[in-house]
Amino acid sequence: MARGGEKLTGAQALFRALELEGVDTVFGIPGGAILPAYDPLLESSIRHVLTRHEQGAGHAAEGYAHATGRVGVAMATSGPGGCNLVTPLADAMMDSIPLVAITGQVATAVVGNDAFQEAYMTGIAMPITKQTWMVTDANDVPRVVREAFHVASTGRPGPVLIDLPKDVLISDMRFEWQESVDLPGYRPTTRGSMKQVKAAVDLILRAERPVLYVGGGIVRSDASDELRRLAETGDLPVVTTLMGRGVFPDTHPLGLGMPGMHGNYTAVTAMQRADLLIAIGVRFDDRVTGNLAGFAPGAKVIHVDIDPAEIGKNRSVDVPIVGDARDVTAALARELAKLQEERGRPDHSAWLGTLRDWQERFPLRYRQEDGGPIKPQFVVERIYEATRGEATIVSGVGQHQMWASQFYRFTRPRQWINSGGLGTMGFAVPAALGAKVGRPDQRVVAIDGDGCFQMTAQELATSATESIPITVAILNNGYLGMVRQWQELFYGERYSQVHLTQDTPDFVKLAEAMGAVGLRAEDPGDVDAVLDKAMSITDRTVVIDFRVDPSENVFPMVPAGASNDDIILGPEGVRPVNDPAEAPVA
Amino acid sequence: MSLHTISVLVEDQPGVLTQVSSLFARRGFNIHSLAVGTTERPGLSRMTIVVEVTTKPLEQVTKQLNKLIHVIKVVELGETASVERELALVKVRTKPEQRFQVVELVEIFRGRIVDVAQATVTIEVSGPSAKIDALCELLEPYGLVEMVRTGRIALGRGERGIRDRDRLRAAKEPATA
Ligand SMILES: Cc1ncc(C[n+]2csc(CCOP(=O)(O)OP(=O)(O)O)c2C)c(N)n1
Ligand SMILES: [Mg+2]
Repeated sequence: MARGGEKLTGAQALFRALELEGVDTVFGIPGGAILPAYDPLLESSIRHVLTRHEQGAGHAAEGYAHATGRVGVAMATSGPGGCNLVTPLADAMMDSIPLVAITGQVATAVVGNDAFQEAYMTGIAMPITKQTWMVTDANDVPRVVREAFHVASTGRPGPVLIDLPKDVLISDMRFEWQESVDLPGYRPTTRGSMKQVKAAVDLILRAERPVLYVGGGIVRSDASDELRRLAETGDLPVVTTLMGRGVFPDTHPLGLGMPGMHGNYTAVTAMQRADLLIAIGVRFDDRVTGNLAGFAPGAKVIHVDIDPAEIGKNRSVDVPIVGDARDVTAALARELAKLQEERGRPDHSAWLGTLRDWQERFPLRYRQEDGGPIKPQFVVERIYEATRGEATIVSGVGQHQMWASQFYRFTRPRQWINSGGLGTMGFAVPAALGAKVGRPDQRVVAIDGDGCFQMTAQELATSATESIPITVAILNNGYLGMVRQWQELFYGERYSQVHLTQDTPDFVKLAEAMGAVGLRAEDPGDVDAVLDKAMSITDRTVVIDFRVDPSENVFPMVPAGASNDDIILGPEGVRPVNDPAEAPVA
Repeated sequence: MSLHTISVLVEDQPGVLTQVSSLFARRGFNIHSLAVGTTERPGLSRMTIVVEVTTKPLEQVTKQLNKLIHVIKVVELGETASVERELALVKVRTKPEQRFQVVELVEIFRGRIVDVAQATVTIEVSGPSAKIDALCELLEPYGLVEMVRTGRIALGRGERGIRDRDRLRAAKEPATA
């Protein structure tokens, strides 16, 4: 490109570059060091959503990225602003969410002097991002923005941070834009080795009890169609991890639902009894495998991942394939179809019959009694009906998260948005806002806990003033329920610091104070009517306080550290552990 | 515990040393020594890292290193397939009547005396780390005032350089079963 492009300030260059990256929305809060960037924002086509806390901005950007597959952008000032982005950055790192954080910084002349609102942002963010940049010359702004978006969105996606000193934002520069990036040390492998694909298909054809174990990587690479082709071609049952819910329809005959600590019996046990795991875009997380030594003991493993460091990290692998999930899954489906034509299609009817039998004998269950306390699972099932299974569901972290994942039936990728790896309470409300901004055509329902909700509830004000209507269903059990459950089961019912009370705050009044509609259901008979009312409102945010049974626990459960074979199906199967030394760690 | 030598070719960018070194801590490995310097190519630096390996395999760290944006190449240098050197400066207490013995030791180890004072001599010695260890052990009885070591540096033997070594790519490209 010709030298001497248009003369701009660093701040103007930032927005010009963001526009060239196709950014339509930025979530953030201004402040001293980032002030110069907020001025050219007034002329930009980019929408800025003013959140009430930078953590909210970060999670909203994550929700946006989750829902759209595009890069989310969060902006904050130096020092406290940047520090408030730490949790979303760590969250995005764990769940491979493409996120660009832009922070102001004190002027380069005083960097390192403990100036007002100085924090060493590139250092703080280093271990929780793919890469950080501090720009020291305004001419570098476009190049750094281009590199940042490239790194965030390619390979295994993740968060990055750009730190912009105030003087750099103010300085004059010449704007030059180059599409290509020059990062010799960054070349993610996307095409899987064909030799490995053939070796994998050979294993698939010889397997008697295969299971496709798929997760967030399928979402990130938009590989759902290819996955479905592979599963249907080979008659392969599919388990979808917490991060992968929706990538394969729960309503499909081959869909087994979620495995892991709170997975259903069939999904957990299918993996335990499998002779082949075809793992795509998953990382053998401890919440899925339980005790590693006892995990899927008879299974050979094919592991497909774009990140070579995930392969063989937790479980040794028979056929490793480094590559993009979509590319490799498509190749596997093609190759499998071809070889099945030559060798015939393996008959998995006995295995599928066993799975169906388990599904019938050991379904997810709970009992809702008329007039009894509302069961949280019942609420999720009614939400499923009220939204005709079409809503985008966002959740917090805790019991309600597990019930939402278990009892909503997901049928499309990006329909389920949650904080899986980091387990960040407070994720739901801001992430739901971001999802709604990215997909205004969809109804976005946050299924939140009363504890989580109180961590980021201030973003309801954002939803009101920015007109971002979402539905928030609080499964209000008056407790930090998941922690209470562990204390009940593993600490001999010694409850410590888990009681919140169901009445304080009054969520209906709080909603109204925040410009939202507040509704409440206290009896199972009210649930449908309240949901109908909520569904009839599309132009405002609605908060529903579902007063649910405080004593309900999440089952099935594989206690932490136990083998998946020791799955506990319901409260009757729990052996209380009173010796704290034996108690697993939450 | 065993010591492994890793060579890391990096872009000369701010923060890259911190990124590399903190990655070892983050994944639970102790760094025994770390030497950094410029290379034959402007803009590229090379680190030689000696790392303590106990139970966990080193592979996870080398793979994570390879993912760092400014890391160009990572290679583990085996003892026999590489040349390794370290330089040390050692200040030894010497009574006048012992000085001759110390000089003799230094000569055997092909070291040099680089500074002499009333009651001390300072020795420069280079070679494989084990050789330096051995000399230090022999000097110990005289009294070591202070010592500094550069940490190990190493190059693979043979004609090829780090940038054209195929096996280095192992962690970046699909492993074969
Ligand atoms: C920021 C943060 N702090 C603490 C925790 C630990 N933790 C996990 S679940 C949970 C309870 C969540 O309570 P609530 O939102 O009411 O959900 P429930 O389990 O009752 O459905 C806590 C405290 C966490 N995951 N995140
Ligand atoms: Mg609760």
